[in-house]
Amino acid sequence: MADAGTAISIDRVVKRYGSFTALHGITLEVGADEFFTLLGPSGCGKTTLLRAIAGFDDVTEGEIRLYGQNIANLPPHKRPVNTVFQHYALFPHMTVTENIMFGALRLGWSRSDAEARAREVLSLVRLDSFADRKPGQLSGGQQQRVALARALAPRPKVLLLDEPLSALDLKLRQAVRAELKSLQRETGIAFVFVTHDQEEALTMSDRIAVMSAGRVQQVGTPREIYEAPTNRFVADFIGETNLIEVEVKRVSDGRAEVVLPGGHITQCAAASQSHAGTGHISLRPERLTLCPAEAGDLGARVESLIYLGTDIQVWARLPDNERLILRVQNAGSIALPAVGQEIGIKIEADAARLLVD
Amino acid sequence: MAAAAPGGASTSSRIYRGNVLRLIGPSWVIIGIFLLIPVILTVVYSFLTKEFRGGVQWTPTLAAYDQFFFDRGLFGDEPPRIEWTYLGIFWRSVWQAASATLLCLVIGFPTAWFIATRDPRQRATWLFMITIPYWVNLLIRTVSMKFLIRDEGPLNSLLMWTGITDAPLGLINTNFAVQLGLFYSYLPFMVLPIYAAVERYDFSLSEAAADLYSGMWTTLRLVILPTVRPGIIAGCILVFIPSLGAFLAPDLLGGAKTFMIGSLIEEQFKGAAGNWPFGSAVATILMTIIMAVLLVYARAQGKESK
Amino acid sequence: MALKIDLRRFPGFFPIALLCLVVLYAPLVVVSVYSFNASASITRWEGFSLAWYVDVFTGPESPKFRQAAINSLIIAVLAAAGATLIAIAAAVAMFRTGRFKGRTLSFALINLPLMVPEIVTAVASLIFFSSIGLGGGLTTILLAHITFCIPFAYLPIAARMQGLSDSYEQAAMDLYATPWQAFRLVLLPLLLPGVMSGYLLAFIISLDDFLITNFVKGAGIETLPTAIFGAVKQGIRPNIMAISTLMLVVSVIFVTLSWWAGRSGKSKA
Repeated sequence: MADAGTAISIDRVVKRYGSFTALHGITLEVGADEFFTLLGPSGCGKTTLLRAIAGFDDVTEGEIRLYGQNIANLPPHKRPVNTVFQHYALFPHMTVTENIMFGALRLGWSRSDAEARAREVLSLVRLDSFADRKPGQLSGGQQQRVALARALAPRPKVLLLDEPLSALDLKLRQAVRAELKSLQRETGIAFVFVTHDQEEALTMSDRIAVMSAGRVQQVGTPREIYEAPTNRFVADFIGETNLIEVEVKRVSDGRAEVVLPGGHITQCAAASQSHAGTGHISLRPERLTLCPAEAGDLGARVESLIYLGTDIQVWARLPDNERLILRVQNAGSIALPAVGQEIGIKIEADAARLLVD
Repeated sequence: MAAAAPGGASTSSRIYRGNVLRLIGPSWVIIGIFLLIPVILTVVYSFLTKEFRGGVQWTPTLAAYDQFFFDRGLFGDEPPRIEWTYLGIFWRSVWQAASATLLCLVIGFPTAWFIATRDPRQRATWLFMITIPYWVNLLIRTVSMKFLIRDEGPLNSLLMWTGITDAPLGLINTNFAVQLGLFYSYLPFMVLPIYAAVERYDFSLSEAAADLYSGMWTTLRLVILPTVRPGIIAGCILVFIPSLGAFLAPDLLGGAKTFMIGSLIEEQFKGAAGNWPFGSAVATILMTIIMAVLLVYARAQGKESK
Repeated sequence: MALKIDLRRFPGFFPIALLCLVVLYAPLVVVSVYSFNASASITRWEGFSLAWYVDVFTGPESPKFRQAAINSLIIAVLAAAGATLIAIAAAVAMFRTGRFKGRTLSFALINLPLMVPEIVTAVASLIFFSSIGLGGGLTTILLAHITFCIPFAYLPIAARMQGLSDSYEQAAMDLYATPWQAFRLVLLPLLLPGVMSGYLLAFIISLDDFLITNFVKGAGIETLPTAIFGAVKQGIRPNIMAISTLMLVVSVIFVTLSWWAGRSGKSKA
């Protein structure tokens, strides 16, 4: 099933440490020119999966294919993939150039070829003038770019990135995101990027695999993941959301009819096919609007107002005592409710989504 | 981080896992052949018959232990009585080693505390100064101590010249001289673990104690000492064990009156009255005592860490 | 009024620390000073002189001490080298191969020389060598020294390796280095301060040993400590003090080097 468009295909990969299972049968495909992100909280198995692709951890079961070839049993130095490590792991006793030439020389390139390639990738990451420095003499951002250059130098078929931005400060991180994305387009190879930062994942990725507890919860484009989460974990992990318990009346053709707290009946998209009894819908705070108490889909009482600058957060309590958060844009002219006031809440069309529990 | 498996398997790297045997092998072979087997052989020797002028005959016997524990008279035909000579030597050795340990503790604790409360740069210098003498040849240190405290030595000359005493102190060839020698030999073993414990000590505990109306000495007794106790115990063990089997300090500073285990063993293998099985038996008993001390210590450690 | 309270300070601790230094250094200083005494008597100071140092190198006893010093150096150089090689391999096994069977036992075995009392090691070595018919000489001394030097070489190397993330070697292997290349090109250079420090410690420990050497050396062969011990038994003569002072200086230089090697490594990585 591997075609030219698939760089990596991960087939039912299981990883166990003694009695602990870190990966429960992961199946994924990464396209040949894709920026693919493994996103999840710490301990979800994303780093384990990346290390399995790189060859640092063996897998208990399953196959990892690189352009059709099963590499699951090859040691790391025989796999044509390179890694940008979380803390870079630049060899402290070598200069920047020596670091970058390291891989090419091990592959048997001539010194002059390796040097030429080192110059090339150094200019790619715009560090030409730092060739003879030692890693210890570089700033965090520069080290990050050297690590990137070192991993790209031997022309890997896939580049693996293990939270490479986590050691940078916020401002630098935002600048590097754009650079990474354009670097991926320039080199035209697949990037597999591991992060726990959803903003990073949403801004850079072509596709995202959201992982939790050793399983892939959902794979999709950033927009699909954000706007059409399939289950509670994804809805809750990506962005802010309100999970409201509802009574499901009917599900068919991806649509559902549910009873909201307070008795109002509404139509919404459904991630699952069959559903009976109670379920949860996800409501993004920015897709809810305030209205007079009697006109809303939901009725609530304002508990507190939190000023966030661009937005104002309204915390409200539903009749069944569940908390609901709304975001109101700070447009200056809006009339804010008072604390304790009864309000109505209108759900925008297609904003609600019935989730798989 | 995602590889955080229980038992911390992720922390132990496995890069060279295919080569374990080749890597660990040499240390097993060398230490196994040249230390473990010899030690076992020593225990075996203690159950063999002595050969005159050194060596053994391979006839099993308990004679060595019998000689150690029982007195059967000059010709071996009297009813056995407890033999106090060797037990006495062991008792003196334990007492000497314990005294030296106490001396190290009394001087070592304040020193370790003082060093650990300096700023980091001074700390390094102090530690360096305390450890340097340890790396000077033990024999030379012991000889130097002997030279210093002899009756005609510089210490007594100084004391008499300043009029503090009008006769030599008579330090040499006393129990105290041996204790001083042991103290001098092993002091860093006391200072370093206590230092490590004090360095980790959280001084807000002292502040909390002071806040709760505790005076400084009460804080020392009720808060500080219990907290740094593992370091103190480790220090005591590290001083006590080598002191118990020490040879140079008792031999050079003690003279005939302060005979200790080390000299007793040495005599069986070197002197004219050589008796290898008996020497091996004494060495075996010494090892047993030390293993017992270590075992009790390990047990206590295990309990504490639970 | 500022109330000065320092909970870290106990009255009397500073004088005790000072006393500690005095007790530790007084004997060494006194012997060093007296080694420059012009008098043949060791009790009276009769002016500064280098006579005893001249005596060490040219006096009637000088050939004996020179041979002993050469023996000591040969043994220390070789024993430290052997122990360091074994210790490097052992440390790699302990910290870079995962949890293998017998890891705990290996740890105990490596530290065994520190647990067995020196006098017991000494007689055990004598018994072992005599029972296999290996007569005392440089070989027996060297084998015994390598054995008890292993933990001393191991400790700084292991400490360094534990503090060194294995991500460097992983990066090397990710960049197509074989395990051996990852060791030679990346781990070993990074380990160097620990290796130096371990070698120097083993060297000093070997040079320091009297008791074990005395048991396994056999007749006719002397190292510096056994030669000095033999001489001291006949009374402390000034030439012994000169030799002691020289050895003291060598030890201090080596410890300083070792300390410095360990520190410079720490500040770099």
